[in-house]
Order: sequence, then structure tokens, then C-alpha cells
Amino acid sequence: MNLILQIAKRILSAIPSLIGVVIVTFLLTRVLPGDTAAYFAGPAATPTAIEEVRKKLGLDKPLGAQFVAYVEALAHGDLGNSLTTGQPVTQDLAARLPASAELTLIGLIASMLISIPLGILAAVKQGSLIDHACRLIATAGVSLPVFFTGLLLVYVFYYLLGWAPAPLGRLDVFYSPPPTVTGFYLIDSLLAGDLETFRATAAQLALPAITLGLFALAPIARITRASMLSVLAADFIRTARASGLSARTVIITYAFRNAMLPVVTTLGMVFSFLLGANVLVEKVFAWPGAGSYAVEALIASDYAPVQGFVLAMAVLYILLNLLIDVAYGFIDPRVRLEG
Amino acid sequence: MTHHPLLTVSDLTIEFATRRGPVRAVEKIDLTLGKGETLGIVGESGSGKSVTSYAVMRLLDRAGRIAQGHISFSGISIDQASEAQMQDLRGREISMIFQNPRAALNPIRKVGHQIEDVLLRHVQATHANAKQKAIDILTQVRIARPEERYHAYPFQLSGGMCQRIVIALALACQPQLLIADEPTTGLDVTTQKAMMDLIVELTRERHMSTILITHDLGLAATYCDRIIVMEKGTLVEQASAAAIFKSPGHAYTKKLMRATPRSGIGLRDLLPDDLQTGAQPVPRKPPGVVLLDVENLVKDYPPTHGASLMSRLLRQDAGADKPFRAVDGLSFQIKAGESLGLVGESGCGKSTTSMMVMRLLDPTSGRITFLGQDTGAIPAAHFARSPFRSRIQMVFQDPTDSLNPRFTAERSIADPIYRLGSIKGSDAIRHRCEELATLVGLPVALLDRFPHQLSGGQKARVGIARAIALDPALVILDEPTAALDVSVQAVVLNLLEELKARLGMSYLFVSHDLHVVRMLCERVIVMRAGRIVEQGSAETIIEAPQADYTRELIAALPHPPV
Repeated sequence: MNLILQIAKRILSAIPSLIGVVIVTFLLTRVLPGDTAAYFAGPAATPTAIEEVRKKLGLDKPLGAQFVAYVEALAHGDLGNSLTTGQPVTQDLAARLPASAELTLIGLIASMLISIPLGILAAVKQGSLIDHACRLIATAGVSLPVFFTGLLLVYVFYYLLGWAPAPLGRLDVFYSPPPTVTGFYLIDSLLAGDLETFRATAAQLALPAITLGLFALAPIARITRASMLSVLAADFIRTARASGLSARTVIITYAFRNAMLPVVTTLGMVFSFLLGANVLVEKVFAWPGAGSYAVEALIASDYAPVQGFVLAMAVLYILLNLLIDVAYGFIDPRVRLEG
Repeated sequence: MTHHPLLTVSDLTIEFATRRGPVRAVEKIDLTLGKGETLGIVGESGSGKSVTSYAVMRLLDRAGRIAQGHISFSGISIDQASEAQMQDLRGREISMIFQNPRAALNPIRKVGHQIEDVLLRHVQATHANAKQKAIDILTQVRIARPEERYHAYPFQLSGGMCQRIVIALALACQPQLLIADEPTTGLDVTTQKAMMDLIVELTRERHMSTILITHDLGLAATYCDRIIVMEKGTLVEQASAAAIFKSPGHAYTKKLMRATPRSGIGLRDLLPDDLQTGAQPVPRKPPGVVLLDVENLVKDYPPTHGASLMSRLLRQDAGADKPFRAVDGLSFQIKAGESLGLVGESGCGKSTTSMMVMRLLDPTSGRITFLGQDTGAIPAAHFARSPFRSRIQMVFQDPTDSLNPRFTAERSIADPIYRLGSIKGSDAIRHRCEELATLVGLPVALLDRFPHQLSGGQKARVGIARAIALDPALVILDEPTAALDVSVQAVVLNLLEELKARLGMSYLFVSHDLHVVRMLCERVIVMRAGRIVEQGSAETIIEAPQADYTRELIAALPHPPV
């Protein structure tokens, strides 16, 4: 009950920021250089033809009227049509956001599986070989640009070894996508009981996910290590050790659970960053993600997809933060009461 | 006492690896502890008393190691034992209770589960009966409503209650030796007494041996059979508790004893002979006109702090919980040149009161008249710009935390001068800082040092110099010596007394230590739950308290066998 109330409160308090996002993206797309009408009328169009396109798109109206029209459509769940794809933006995003989310999630999970244990070990054995290895891996992961690691992985595993399929999107051309339930091909193919498609999806996912994961390794491993170090120096760890608790209990039950708060915060930040910003990975692997969709629209001065993308990202970010806050409450009883 | 000692430490030397090479924290310590015996290890910070006990538990920091010597516990050689053996010993045979009990407990685990962890680890319980056993132990350490408290988190319990949980953890597996490292530092006197009585009773019941590590000679003498005095890593004296208090042998023990505040002595008596200046103590002047007049001061804290507008809108039961009244209709006066002691246990509202007088906090109602002006009417947020700001200053409790770590001593002292003072120009300010440093007995050469390069006493002097930099009329002292060793405290208290007389200031001295308050203050107010329990001259209150609560406070002070 308390939890639901708290969630409701958080969602309500996010409304002002959403309104702000709507206004700012609308204005920002309008002040961007480039003329949409001229772009879509084509390079050979006459000024009258451009004017015609402008009128058709409603861009000749004053800014206020355009904004009212936009908000009205938004209230009906209509994000407008993309001029580049010719599809409604909602439909485009519904197809592309899950692609981005699936890739990011898998990459993040893979990254966590390595970086969290690595960070814990580095903190427990501070100054040891593992600690130095952790620093080295983290530095390398963050300093190699993702398009470079991506290309390298493609070169080695696809071109040289032939282990990975061609880096051409979410699924090989010989397979048809599973019926959409969640939009996550891995889950949908399992739901459909299609193991063959599942395997093919996983194979396509592997390289881009690893590329992303390598990049996410550094922040997670570093924050885990730093957070563990400060917790391990706390008085209650000394108490736990003085009570003869085993090293496992001390490190996992006592230290790591306490060290988790900053780790969870970082995970949230890394996730939201990767979700919208992994355009480079999406380009290298021809991944039909939301980031590259928005960038293409931006280049074409196609307002509706950009606005839709930013809005979707803002909503996702708010939901993610809510999720983190709820997770906080589960980890730390003190947070639960203060809310 | 038996002939076979439970614990023997011989020739123990402990080294810490530092950037400047190894440093010896403890040098050639010998001690023995018999079954059922209570041993006190007394010393000031840096004496190596805690390090010695950590060595017995083999819980030294990464940098520390036993360089020499042997520790033998009921036939087991601790210095040779494997880590796995040590893990079995810790908690089951030797256990420890710590200073700062709240920090010593896992903040996000239910206390009942923490006790269960220890029981299960040492196979003292099964998963089936662990909960019942944990509740039994909570009952033994006198926790009211143990079934309910089993589910509590440390932050929901008081400091005293947390210490009971720490004791429960330590005694859960019926160990033979209990090491108590400053178990009552930071707790109120009445809690301290309850805690020590509980420890003594429980350990006696179980025929356990106890090592009590403390800086308080009085506390050790009250509760221990035998006392060891340590100074700078060496053992300087060892004797029975009664003997050490009657006739201390070593010069250091004498110095410690002298510096311990106790009944029937004055501030000067705290100082060792070599610091007794020939000068006459500055006589106290009769108090002058009323400087500060506080009438009917009230402070309410809203029930939920930080509640946003939205949450208040969503709350249906907003009217249900009442605001917490921290200060409840307090009235008192301070005259010019007078010092008033504000005494009470934690949560009694003494700090809230001092914050309101200091104008860092706005009162809910009531009047604060300072120098004839209604300063209570000036909002705390704007008080920094008021001309009265420089007339009330404060010395804070923690000399380390109250200094900016990136400021040199000079910069810290000069801070109020930069903001509020009339002195301009770096030479003039430097000159003023040197003057202030000399006044508080801080060597001028130390002015360029950073806080981490100064000792606790030196940092306290910097804090005092900063407070008096603008010649305030009233200085609020918030437990200024609580974090200091007794010998340093003795010097700082004398300094404060001398400064007051020389500069004609008044003090509002907030403290929980009745002895210290008696020595420094003419008048005392005893507070409880935001109200005045008793007020009067310091002597009368200590010698002939009227209120039951005051009597209780005085009775709770350690009474060493004299």
C-alpha cells in the first residue's frame, strides 16, 4: 500500500518535467538549422513547390498554432508521421525501441556478470593482481571507442573465424521474426517455442552486446570497487568479522548488500545512456535501434520522430528512476521510511 | 582467579607499515588474564590499547602485523593460528563489543537476523530454533518487547539499545573472553551506567573474563579488578584497581588521574605540576548586566521531515501525527561575564536550544533578546548579515570535522574576519591571527598547517581562536572537549576559563559531563525532554541536587573506589 502510494507520488511529480520535455523538444526542433519543406520537396523543387509542401506539413502556421496542434495530437497518443519512413512515429518507435532495449539489456547483464564480481574481488584483495587487472580491463574497456571494438569483433569472429553471423541486424534474412508479444526477439521466440529462431537471435545479439558490455564494464566495475572499499572499512564489517562470520557472509551478505546502492544508481545511468546513445554500435551492426532512427530523422530535419524519440526517452528515464527508487527501498530499509 | 591464565600476551610488538616505513604501535607488552577476571586497559588516544585488543582477536588492519611476541588463549597460540581457526574462535570463544554501537551494526539487516548469523555460524542454533534463541538473547540483554525488536533495524533503535544488541551479538555464543573497546563512549551517563552494569552482570553470570578498554580511568577503576595503564604503545603501570587509584605509581598515571574531572576539585587541579603557571588564577568577576534573555522558547519539528507539497496533498492522515517538541517553553538569562552550563542527556533539547540562541535555527515561538535587541525576530537565514552575528560565536563539538580540511589553521581562524571583520589587508589579518594564536596557546609556526597535520588539542585551539576572532560577547561551547583526551581536555578547559576572564566574554556551555560543567560554569541548567528540571549555582546542583533526575545523573557518574 505504502509502496503504491509512493510510486503514484513519484509519477505525479514527474508530470512537470514531462511538460518541460514536450515544450523544449518542440522548440529545439524548430530552431534547428535546415528547412524540412525544402528537404522533402527535393533538390530540384521550385520555390512554389516548396511552399506547397510547407503548407501541407502545416509549417506555414505560427509557432503557437503548430504547438497546439502537436499537443492535441499528443493527447490522442499520436506522435505524428515520420516523413522519411512514411510511417506513424508510434509504430516506428514500437518496432525500434524493443530492439534497442533488448540489445542494451543483454549487453548490460553481460557486463554486470563480469564487472560486479570483478569489482568485489578488486576491493577485497585491494592492491593485488586482480585489483590491477580490474583497473586495466576497465580502462581499456572505456578508452576503446565502441565502433572500434565492434569492428574488431566483427573482423575476428565473423570475417576470420566465421563463428558469428553477418552483422546485419536483429535476425538473419533467412529467418522471419517471431510473432510480436514483448518485442524482444529472444523472449518472443521462446514464447512461440521456436528454438531455431531463438538461437539465431542470440547469435546476432552476441557481438553487439559484447561491444556494449565492454564499454559498460568500466563504470560498473569502478563503482563496485569504490563502494565496496568504503563499506569494508565500516565498523559493522569489523563487528561481523569479530563475530567469526565466514568471509563469504561478510563480503556478500554484509558488505555487498550495503555497497549496492551506488551500484544500482550507476546501473540505471549506464542503461539509460546506452539505450539512447549507442548509435555507433547500431550503425556498425546495422541494428534497427531507436538511436539511429532518431539521428537519421534529425539529419533530415524530420521533426516528429525526433520529438517522439526524446519524449519516449524522457518517459523511459522517469520509469527507470522510479524502478531504481523502488529497488533502493528494497535494499535499504532507511530509504523506505523516509519516502 | 585460577593459576592457569586464560590469556597470556608476552613480549607483544605490533608494527604498522606506513609510507615512512614501519611504525611501532605497541612495544613489548606483557599481560595475563585469569578466568573470570576483569582487566582494564587505560590510556589516551595513540596509546596502543585498542591495537593490543585487535591483535588478540587477530583483527588488525591490513597494514598492521604482529612483529614479535606471543599471544596464547587457553592453550591456543593466536599468533600462529590459521585464519580458519581464528574464525572459529572469534565470536565463540573471544568476542568483542565496540564504541559507537549504531555504526557497529549492519544498517540494513534486521538485528534479529544479525544475531542469528552468529548463532548459525557457530552452530549454536539450527535454522528451526535460531529465531527463538535470538529472542532469548535479546531478553537477556534486557530489551523490552524482544519479539518486536527482533524485526527492528539499527536506525530504529536508540544508541543504548544498539549497544545492547552489540552485547547480545558478543555474548550469543557464550564466549570465555569478552573484549569491550570503549563500550560506553558517546553514550549518556545513565546509559553508560546501565550498560556497564549489564556487562558486569552477564559476564559474571557466565564466569567470563573481560578486558575493558577505556580512556576513562574512573570507569575502569569502578568496574575492573586490575588495571593496566598504557602510554604511547608501552605498558607503564599495572596494579589492582583500588591500588592504582589510591597510590598511582607512574608519573603518567598520576597525570591521567589528575586530569580526570571529579568532584571537589577546581579547573587548576586538573593540570599537572609542570603546567601549573605561577600566575594567580584570574578571579571571576561578579556578573554584569543581562546579556542574553530567553523567554518561553519553543521548538517544534514537523513530524515528517522533508515532506514535499505533493506528499502532503496525498496524505490523508496528515493531521494524525503531531510535531515533535524538542524545546518546550525554556526561559533563562545569561549575564555579562557569566558562564551558564546546559546539561542533559542526548535528546533533551540542549543542542537545539544552543542552535536557536546561536541563530542557526528559528524558534517556533518565544523570544531571544541579545544585547537588548530581539535577535529571535531576525530569521536564521538572514542572521549572517546581521551586525549581531559577530557578537555570538560558537565552538563546535568535533574539532576535526568543524574545520575545513583544505584551509590552513590561519585561513580557518581568519575566516570570520574575512566575512565579518573590519580588518582588511593580508598583513593585518596575519597579524591578528598570530595574536589570536598566541592568545589560545597555539604556536605561531603551526598557523600554516592543515587540520590533518595538527593534533586534537591543537585543532581545538584553532576552533577556539576562530570563535573569539571577532571579540564576541557570547560564545556557545557545544561539548568542546568531548572528543579530546582527558589531559588535553584539562588544558583546553583551563584555556577557556582564562580567555573568558581576560576577554570578558560569556559562555553558554553545553555538555553532558556534570563535573566539567561544575568547574567551568557559575550556573547550571539541567534539562530533560525540552524542559528545565533544575537550575541554580553549579555547586548547589552537584552537591545538593533537588530534582530526582539530577540525582540520577550524578549517581550514574562512575564512582571509583577511593
